[in-house]
Amino acid sequence: MKLHEYQSKRLFAKYGIPIPRGRVAATASEAKLIAEELGGRVVVKSQVLVGGRGKTGGVRLAHDAEEAEDLATQIMGMKIKGLPVRKVLIDEAANIRTEIYLGVANDRRARCPVMIASAEGGIEIEEVARTMPEKIIRLHLDPTQKLRRYQSFYIAQSIELPRDLWRDFYKIAYGLYEAYLNTDANLAEINPLVITDDGRLLALDGKMVLDDNALFLHAELEEMRDLDEEAPEERRARMYGLSYVKLDGNIGCMVNGAGLAMVTMDVIKLFGGEPANFLDIGGGAGAEKVSAALRIILSDPNVKAILINVFGGITRCDEVARGVLSALEEMESNIPMIARLVGTNEEGGRRLLAKSNMITAISLADAAQKAVAAVKKGDAE
Amino acid sequence: MSILIDKDTRLLVQGITGREGLFHSNKMMNYGTKIVAGVTPMKGGDWVLNGKVPVFDTMKRAVKATGANCSVIFVPARFAVDAMLEAIDAEIPLIVCITEGVPIQGMMRVCNYMDHKTACLIGPNCPGLITPGECKVGIIPGDITEQGRVGVVSRSGTLTYEVLYALKQHGRGVSTCVGIGGDPINGTSFIDILGLFEGDPNTDRVVLIGEIGGTDEERAAEYISDHMTKPVIALIAGKTAPPGKRMGHAGAIIEGGSGLAADKIRVLKNAGVAIAEYPEQIPELID
Repeated sequence: MKLHEYQSKRLFAKYGIPIPRGRVAATASEAKLIAEELGGRVVVKSQVLVGGRGKTGGVRLAHDAEEAEDLATQIMGMKIKGLPVRKVLIDEAANIRTEIYLGVANDRRARCPVMIASAEGGIEIEEVARTMPEKIIRLHLDPTQKLRRYQSFYIAQSIELPRDLWRDFYKIAYGLYEAYLNTDANLAEINPLVITDDGRLLALDGKMVLDDNALFLHAELEEMRDLDEEAPEERRARMYGLSYVKLDGNIGCMVNGAGLAMVTMDVIKLFGGEPANFLDIGGGAGAEKVSAALRIILSDPNVKAILINVFGGITRCDEVARGVLSALEEMESNIPMIARLVGTNEEGGRRLLAKSNMITAISLADAAQKAVAAVKKGDAE
Repeated sequence: MSILIDKDTRLLVQGITGREGLFHSNKMMNYGTKIVAGVTPMKGGDWVLNGKVPVFDTMKRAVKATGANCSVIFVPARFAVDAMLEAIDAEIPLIVCITEGVPIQGMMRVCNYMDHKTACLIGPNCPGLITPGECKVGIIPGDITEQGRVGVVSRSGTLTYEVLYALKQHGRGVSTCVGIGGDPINGTSFIDILGLFEGDPNTDRVVLIGEIGGTDEERAAEYISDHMTKPVIALIAGKTAPPGKRMGHAGAIIEGGSGLAADKIRVLKNAGVAIAEYPEQIPELID
């Protein structure tokens, strides 16, 4: 789960990290009010869960409250990388001398947290990693320890931070690591951490990604989830315990298991088709879940054929067939469907589906070829 | 012969009284696995599986009383870190965690703790292991594979079954199949298992099933070109997966331009690995 900038910075502040004065607004008039309170120049920042907001005009400087209101109106009418802007953060503008990057992330390979810093802040760290890899400092951390002073000094020295800021930098780095550990984050990032022209460290932007599997430990964080940011079908799928990702193609897929679902998509592509989605019904799915999955696929107007690939272990093929039939009873559909059911109770599943107009397949390759052919046939007609 | 588990494995089931634990314990026992104990806190003293298997409150007691040398974990995600740490403390040499949805930082702490111990941990979020004809630990269906000389190691679940099934249909059996799990951080990586297969006299060749995310396949490629004499065939899932989206498994995500299937396939090919486009091609590549 990603947090918005304003949510991340609010969390950072709780851990003693200095952030600019500011508040979030859902309307332009609210934005004006906040700007008036702050006085002087403010930054109007769109709150959407994608990177690169600045480049698209989603972050603008306003010289007074009136201008802040105008800019808020403009920005809240925008879509950034497809996501509508519903909130703006109004922050006091800072006079920046230097921009630094500081983050904590999971290092999968080392199986521990890693603190990452760079004197090249303000641009995406992936960009720095690509163009100036020597400018990135990495320090592996012990997940059972707090950040030590000497570790922060090592980083401060490596990014050539002026010595008079090392004490403050330690507090910030310590706080960031605490925030990462205490929220079970996958990523906690300050970019940029700036040195202002009066020589203070300030976290101008913040980003946090939390571990969905750890949210049961943090009920208060789950409440921060922004439901607007999730595609409606993906949210519906999540409610049913399905894992669904929409893609741009026209062959809908329903599969049990994530790896098998990915391979099913790959095989469709291999035989010249384009998958419309990734959908994993999980292990041991009952008829109701299967039916919900099929309804989600059918609600995608791009879908011209559907491939059902189930390898029954704990999942029973007859349950899958029952779910498919019940969805078809509810939703009339002429979309050709190709089913390949193997494993637990496959005979029962096939018998049930024999009554419908389902095309059956013996192997995954066979099923994918039939799905691609069905789309071509539909296009020809 | 096989790797990690065989007919002499003395298995303990953590979470044996739960729905999943009991269901799969039955299947494992019917397959021929020697289940010697179960552990569920506050249920010690019970007997399960038709009164054949004693339940203990704690791992230490269970191991002491039964001499269990392998543990399989079926507890819910919120108790899984605890269960793994308890198994490590009880000095069980092989721990297999089936549970899905374990917090990543919890896994970091488990791995950190394991560095000072000798246990081998498979998983979490994995289907477990099977040595056909001898023993199965976990949830891999017993009837889709038979004894043979192909080693299988995989990050996936049902995709592994699909591959085992394709091998069986072509008359190919398996020495041992190991599911290492689909999480970003797991106890055992490809290279650990590849090393075991390389040293196993009853394994002739190895099938590696990988997917997008992380760099485990890249490290495997390096290991294969430096250390493996046995042929390796690989299948990598997720060539069509978009970046930034988690494809079911917590670990299956292309982040910051790394973890792409194309990169993994390229380095594996360079290491001399034959690449299958889909499961049914694997037996053809073996022949």
